[in-house]
Amino acid sequence: MNKYIERLYNGIIKENPTLVLMLGMCPTLAVTTSGSNGLGMGLSTTAVLVMSNLMISALRKIIPDKVRMPAFIVIVASFVTIVDLLIQGFLPALNDSLGIYIPLIVVNCIILGRAEAYASKNPVGLSIFDGIGMGLGFTAALTILGTIRELIGAGTVFGFRVMPDAYEPFSIFIMAPGAFFVLAVLTGIQNKLKLKSATNVEEKEPSTLACGGNCAECVGTVCAANRSLLETTAHDKQVDAVAAKEGKAFPEEVGKVKPSTDKGGDEK
Amino acid sequence: MSTIKELILLFVGAAFVNNVVLSQFLGICPFLGVSKKTNTAVGMGTAVIFVVTASSAVASLLHNYVLVPTGLEYMDTIVFIAVIAALVQLVEMILKKFIPSLYKALGVYLPLITTNCCVLGVALINVTKEYDIGRSVVNALGTSVGFCVAIVLLAGIRERIEGNEIPHTMKGSPILLVTAGLMAIAFCGFAGLI
Repeated sequence: MNKYIERLYNGIIKENPTLVLMLGMCPTLAVTTSGSNGLGMGLSTTAVLVMSNLMISALRKIIPDKVRMPAFIVIVASFVTIVDLLIQGFLPALNDSLGIYIPLIVVNCIILGRAEAYASKNPVGLSIFDGIGMGLGFTAALTILGTIRELIGAGTVFGFRVMPDAYEPFSIFIMAPGAFFVLAVLTGIQNKLKLKSATNVEEKEPSTLACGGNCAECVGTVCAANRSLLETTAHDKQVDAVAAKEGKAFPEEVGKVKPSTDKGGDEK
Repeated sequence: MSTIKELILLFVGAAFVNNVVLSQFLGICPFLGVSKKTNTAVGMGTAVIFVVTASSAVASLLHNYVLVPTGLEYMDTIVFIAVIAALVQLVEMILKKFIPSLYKALGVYLPLITTNCCVLGVALINVTKEYDIGRSVVNALGTSVGFCVAIVLLAGIRERIEGNEIPHTMKGSPILLVTAGLMAIAFCGFAGLI
């Protein structure tokens, strides 16, 4: 049983997707104009995450390894469509305020990240709890961010006025720039306290990749997944370049012959 | 004449007034991740212009001539994401085969774009606003040009602040986010343009 509780703790605190892993930044910044919007977005994402984790975990032995990404995306997209239609039908107010960000749950890094990192390797029960934990962690972070922005930007919390009447709201906090500032302060606090977070890792040695290869800064596990792909591309390029160089010197015999002659030269 | 004026307004609106990154928060991941150097930012921006425009055209065609006549509009999300993933692969293969110089410049960024939410976002915006194919393409072009402008500007600023002394607490992501926030304020100034 404690294995299941551990998944919940892991998702909500230890590897909180927003505050520690810095995943899914687009919805985090976009919909947190108020506490209730954050809560709504978080719960919709949780629903999709739990269902897709369940489905992917159940199908993990059937889906061939080579086509797993497209398969995951189609599964996630189906559940997102279901959630989207349910919200349109039963919560029209939430649908109006979240708008296009509900279908965009499909490209939320958290969902594909959990599918790839956890659900595709673990049994159904654990995967469901992993989904619940991660989803609740995301919901909590979004609600907190939304509440802070709503409190400063409009003087209300979940629509109830809490600030005194003399308080003049900083409306910039519920506009686009406010999202960046609140998150900047939040990551700044994490830096200050040296909390574990994807944002305060030490700079690693620079990679040869065009994007710098710093995947911690390039938020999203999908980016990390792309890294290996990119590295093979970069490696291929290097090999190509070497081959091209040698091809110029020895137009007929590319590659293999050259090193052996070099070796022979060294031995002499 | 009025159509051309309307299209120009649509383009400017998409590129500056409703900037995709700074006011709609689509494509934040590459915006923060690939903006370290100006030349890589230009590469990423160009690749995004290419993919967003192409995928919006295809998505709009599919929506207007296949999904609406058959009454399958609710399949939009699934169809679009599949189309985008396939299109990126296809573009990569075509470039590799026929325009190797462009492939060399953009190749690395293409796999990163499939998961960029601004590609799917623009396709969905076109559908919700019921744009026809011409308007969809103009809107996509404007949006992606806006992305390119924003990411190149941010990369330029980051190169400038690299040598500055920043307090330890604000080093890394925080100062980056503050920079992005200030840019967002600046872009708010375009709101009076239209």
